[in-house]
Amino acid sequence: MLRIRRFEQQALKYYNQGIMGGFLHLYNGQESVAVGTASLMNGHDEIITAYRDHGHALAVGMGMNECMAELFGKGTGCSKGKGGSMHFFAPDKHYWGGHGIVAGQTPLGLGLAFAIKYKQINGCAVAFLGDGAVNQGVFSECLNMAALWDLPIVYVIENNGYSMGTSLERSSAVNGSLAKRAEGFCVEWATCGGFDLYELRANLGAAMERARKESKPMVLEVSTYRYYGHSVADANAKKYRAPEEIELYKTDYDPITRWQNQLLKEKTVTQAQIEKIDDEAKAEAAAAAEFGIASPWPSEESIFEDIYHEVDHKTEAGQTGRFFFSE
Amino acid sequence: MPLITYRQALNDAFAEELTRDENVFLMGEEVAQYNGAYKVTEGLWKRFGCKRVIDTPISEAAFLGLGVGAAMMGLRPVVELMFWSFAYVGFDQIINNAGCIRYMSGGLINVPMVIRGPANGGTNVGATHSHTPENFLANTPGLKVVCPATPYDAKGLMIASIRDNDTVCFMENTLLYGDLGEVPDGSYTIPLGVADVKREGLDVSLIAHGRAVLTCLAAAEILATEHGIEAEVVDLRSIRPLDEETILNSVAKTHRAVLVDENKPFCGVSAQIAALLAEHAFDDLDAPVLRVTALDAPAIYSMPLEKLQLPDAQAVVAKVLSSF
Repeated sequence: MLRIRRFEQQALKYYNQGIMGGFLHLYNGQESVAVGTASLMNGHDEIITAYRDHGHALAVGMGMNECMAELFGKGTGCSKGKGGSMHFFAPDKHYWGGHGIVAGQTPLGLGLAFAIKYKQINGCAVAFLGDGAVNQGVFSECLNMAALWDLPIVYVIENNGYSMGTSLERSSAVNGSLAKRAEGFCVEWATCGGFDLYELRANLGAAMERARKESKPMVLEVSTYRYYGHSVADANAKKYRAPEEIELYKTDYDPITRWQNQLLKEKTVTQAQIEKIDDEAKAEAAAAAEFGIASPWPSEESIFEDIYHEVDHKTEAGQTGRFFFSE
Repeated sequence: MPLITYRQALNDAFAEELTRDENVFLMGEEVAQYNGAYKVTEGLWKRFGCKRVIDTPISEAAFLGLGVGAAMMGLRPVVELMFWSFAYVGFDQIINNAGCIRYMSGGLINVPMVIRGPANGGTNVGATHSHTPENFLANTPGLKVVCPATPYDAKGLMIASIRDNDTVCFMENTLLYGDLGEVPDGSYTIPLGVADVKREGLDVSLIAHGRAVLTCLAAAEILATEHGIEAEVVDLRSIRPLDEETILNSVAKTHRAVLVDENKPFCGVSAQIAALLAEHAFDDLDAPVLRVTALDAPAIYSMPLEKLQLPDAQAVVAKVLSSF
């Protein structure tokens, strides 16, 4: 969690200097959700998320260098500078990326679950979405199909209370919880807090295990909070919510501080060890930023690479843009 | 070679590929137990079972997206749209996801999927069921767009599309499903991006895709018998990749081009080819490049007027004669 936070704080520094372009949707305050999930993945589980994807990427083991370089748009980035902040991917780590269209990733998650079931793999798919995404029609379609076909998927709603700059109360018809909407599709649902890692892991773990064992979908709504605006470009972040509210979450509900306190209470770690971990995270993030800045821009030729599979595979056919079979 | 329908040729292609590769599955509205709205998938559910041939709810965005997700994981979905007109409900999944993920992931992720179904007007079903969105789709680098005109091409191109590692938008035509043609038994492929000269000629090139190819062949027959004009008919077969070489070679030979397109003229496929000829064949041309397209209006329901909207052989003949 500390690595994610320090990574994003470094990114913010350079974004504010105008060195980094695009959008930057920070995950600060929500780190427990990605880390909790990644810690429960069994090697056959697949995860996919939306545009606030830095946390999930680092949690599954992507390197800070490749992620930071991607933010700088460099050729050494995880997507060779073609994806940017919202589009980190690592299929080798069962991580199917960040996706920029709200709820557009929810049917892709369904496809991951479908493939798991089709291939008879002992795993499940976890698809993250925000509280704003539940209002997109495609998510409702997904719940219907997930229930209809008994697909092993856990939809995790990371409810941070704001759909871009519009509060939950003003953006969603809420009857107790957002996850409760799943009832209409005969999908199991639950809610839990995202601030206490143990509580969160218990709920996530139960949902993922049920998906794996029974091949059933579930919607888990996690209450969480983001410290920055929807994106860094969101200048009104302190206007549509009270500054006191932000401070309250930072002081009383911060998932990192809470977990640190828990570990200290258990005597699992010492204060000195915590500080050492934090120093290492800061140093790693600073080095990643240096790596990103020092990395070269992608080559001009790369504009036309990664569009079509066979064009990138240097066969005679590929070079003419045509696909011939080797059979 | 056996004489079979366009519909049966596609059905054969699915059966071949379902047998060959267990990662291939078919999905769509009423493709399984109902046997397909246009009977293109008839009998496949019975033969391959409900794991491989799957009925979906009416949820284009969800099942197109599911196809993308499954393809990312190495399966090879063949997803039917009952009409390509319904693709618009799932365009986010086709354009933003299927079309862009390979690029945005720096080549880490392939989406080997076929999205297929009929795309055509001329069936008297009004504007919302008559769209032919090949121009929109071809405008997305990352997608391939295929439009077969004959049963032989339909089978070979479908097998090639299923084996392709990118997303192929495969556009059929309800008015062709019953057409007969010679199709060999067994498996064969036609590479995507290779046009076919359906009729040789020296006087004018008629360039078309999909059902318009048949319109051009009919027009060429009239031109030859009634006017002594030998038209060459170039069937594009795929819009993207586009076989520019065959188009340019034909026009270099005939020195005249008439582009025939059942889509609208504005920003349509014919506009793309006109631009190609303007850039690369200007010196070869003895006459302006002419177009015969659908009239630039939404498809009208009323039968005689819809007939006027779509290009027919007489319109092509008239246009050719005007270029001499």
